[in-house]
Amino acid sequence: MSGGVDSAVAAARAVEAGHDVTGVHLALSKNPQTYRTGARGCCTIEDSRDARRAADVIGIPFYVWDMAERFHEDVVEDFYAEYANGRTPNPCLRCNEKIKFAAVLDRAVALGFDAVATGHYARKGEDGLLRRGVDPGKDQSYVLAVLTPAQLAHSLFPLGDTPKDLVRAEAEERGLAVARKPDSHDICFIADGDTSGFLKNRLGSKDGEIVDSATGEVLGSHDGSHQFTVGQRHGLGLKRPAADGRPRYVLSITPVDNRVEVGPREALRVDRIRTGRPVWLAAERTGDFDAQVQLRAHGEVYPAVVTADAHGLTAVLRKPAYGVAPGQALVVYDPDAEHGDAVLASGTIDTADAAAPVEAAGV
Amino acid sequence: MAYLDHAATTPMLPQALDAYMRTARALGNASSLHGSGRTARRTVEEARERIAEVLGAKPGEVIFTGSGTEADNLAVKGVHWERRTGARNRIVTTAIEHHAVADAVAWLGDHERADVTELPVDKLGRVDTAVLAGLLDEHAAEITVITCMWANNEVGTLQPIEAMAALAAPHGIPVHTDAIQAVGHVPVDFAASGAAALALSGHKLGGPTGTGALLLRRDVKAVPLLHGGGQEREIRSGTLDVPGIAALAEAVLHAARTQQTEAQRLAVLRDDLVARIREAVPDAIYNGDPELRLPGNAHFSFPGCEGDALLMLLDASGVECATGSACSAGIAQPSHVLLAMGAAPDDARSSLRFTLGWPTTKADVDALVAALPEAVRRAKTAGLT
Repeated sequence: MSGGVDSAVAAARAVEAGHDVTGVHLALSKNPQTYRTGARGCCTIEDSRDARRAADVIGIPFYVWDMAERFHEDVVEDFYAEYANGRTPNPCLRCNEKIKFAAVLDRAVALGFDAVATGHYARKGEDGLLRRGVDPGKDQSYVLAVLTPAQLAHSLFPLGDTPKDLVRAEAEERGLAVARKPDSHDICFIADGDTSGFLKNRLGSKDGEIVDSATGEVLGSHDGSHQFTVGQRHGLGLKRPAADGRPRYVLSITPVDNRVEVGPREALRVDRIRTGRPVWLAAERTGDFDAQVQLRAHGEVYPAVVTADAHGLTAVLRKPAYGVAPGQALVVYDPDAEHGDAVLASGTIDTADAAAPVEAAGV
Repeated sequence: MAYLDHAATTPMLPQALDAYMRTARALGNASSLHGSGRTARRTVEEARERIAEVLGAKPGEVIFTGSGTEADNLAVKGVHWERRTGARNRIVTTAIEHHAVADAVAWLGDHERADVTELPVDKLGRVDTAVLAGLLDEHAAEITVITCMWANNEVGTLQPIEAMAALAAPHGIPVHTDAIQAVGHVPVDFAASGAAALALSGHKLGGPTGTGALLLRRDVKAVPLLHGGGQEREIRSGTLDVPGIAALAEAVLHAARTQQTEAQRLAVLRDDLVARIREAVPDAIYNGDPELRLPGNAHFSFPGCEGDALLMLLDASGVECATGSACSAGIAQPSHVLLAMGAAPDDARSSLRFTLGWPTTKADVDALVAALPEAVRRAKTAGLT
């Protein structure tokens, strides 16, 4: 129970479904801030009090579990390491993979519980498959797509069948004070939302060049390649516009020589994506198969032909994508309008490229 | 439900509750000059006299406060502020104080540039007076106040207050003692102890929460924390809480009168609890001094188990106890007391405190002993996170 509205309603629904429920708030920072500032973050002492109050209203026991060390090692350190390698991690996904449905679930099972219930917007079908939640705007199946079937078997997502606005209304009806609490955004361990400053603190500053990918011309400078994400357009600080007057985007980041390459949007075009070792949530498939893939949280969905082997997934997109950042997850869905698209597999994106050279004029 | 957390708070004694209800219905500010005021004042002064009498103090030495924490803060800060000079700016404390003292001292160090010396404890959690003697030989002229708890709130070890006060006396250094866990549970005689100040709390001995007192020797001055109407020797302003004070006195009186028999009763129950826990969980480590400890305190480390996990499992079985020490936002830090006693951090995180009080019976101990083995088995499976 984060102290937000979703986990509070999820807990109340789990109780109503007849489960013997205990509320757990995860302490993820050794030095939590006392109060939230704005809608950022989710791990303050005030949030812990909100969660406790919700548990009181629901009528369940409540405890804080200290996961600060594990969280730091598995999520925050990974976050630094990925950026240092020129990649763009999704820490929510790592947290689900390593903390909520691993460290927390393992501890819970050892202590005699059967499952972890969370306020994620996703459905788990009768078939045990993870499916998109009914609210397309809130669907969180993407960040849960790292769960193994064994982890899924011990998970409950009581909110997957409900749109967010109805969850808020239900919280209000249940007398939960968090009903109108703003959603948390951004990354919970970066309290002020300044990701760039957070990274700079740890990874330091190092001057480097911003280079035109086509001509090799030096267009500007930066103070650390970890400040950038592939596909990024704003905040490049380039003094001169491109010759054609069109915006330039980050195309690639090379931490070894601290080099950031930029170019026109069409150079971001990719239609072949490879991942690292896949996680299968459904029965493992071999060979080629048709599916839909999603390349970032709340991102667009692409029809694709997916090939799987033990080393990774390869997705050849049927329509091109632009600005695919290594480090994000590729999630493979089996479309199902009636029950919700089912997650088949996922993998962390290693490379993305254009299978055939792209003509700029063709874009 | 078996409640074994009486060191956190213990229910009000019936006679204290009666006194509270009776007095709360009466009208009157104890500082008013009219009849109602005089009646209220009489209640307060009678309470003061009774508390003084059973604790070996003079009535004028009793200063009523709003909590034990306030009494500790008043003693430590007030006496330090009063006695500090350019050359004299050192507070002597111990490694095992409750936060009410430890954090007050730390604040004086951080914000008021006080020098702080922390006396170490031995493996049983007892302060080494030889270290204090050595310190006084060298630095007596620098010391404003010495503070040491009478009995430790976590492991229950009794401290050599009389010996420390005797060492400090020739140098004229006042000794404050946080006796919040001691009053009503072990014999406490303020005058005989030689302490200059002593803090007590109502709700730890069957009185109401929100009441406390500082016994402060007449010749010891303290700068007030609260300024206002000048109540309580002008050391603690604020309208006197007449019903709270009446109930506190009733509780102190009862606890002091029954202390000896109750301590014997609880020690028997506690020893039974200790023996049966050791039998049920052979690798459990019994912390603290086996002899010189509070009669109602049993403190164990359960190697390989997280104290938090054990607490939750016992709670679910209807047995309520405490881990080492509760911290803000639920982040369990290993207990500073156990670390000071030389425990490994993992053992310190594996600890539970069981504290018995006036309503405790054998049935409570039975419930704990019945639930504990399964809780330990599960917590061990979960391990340390």
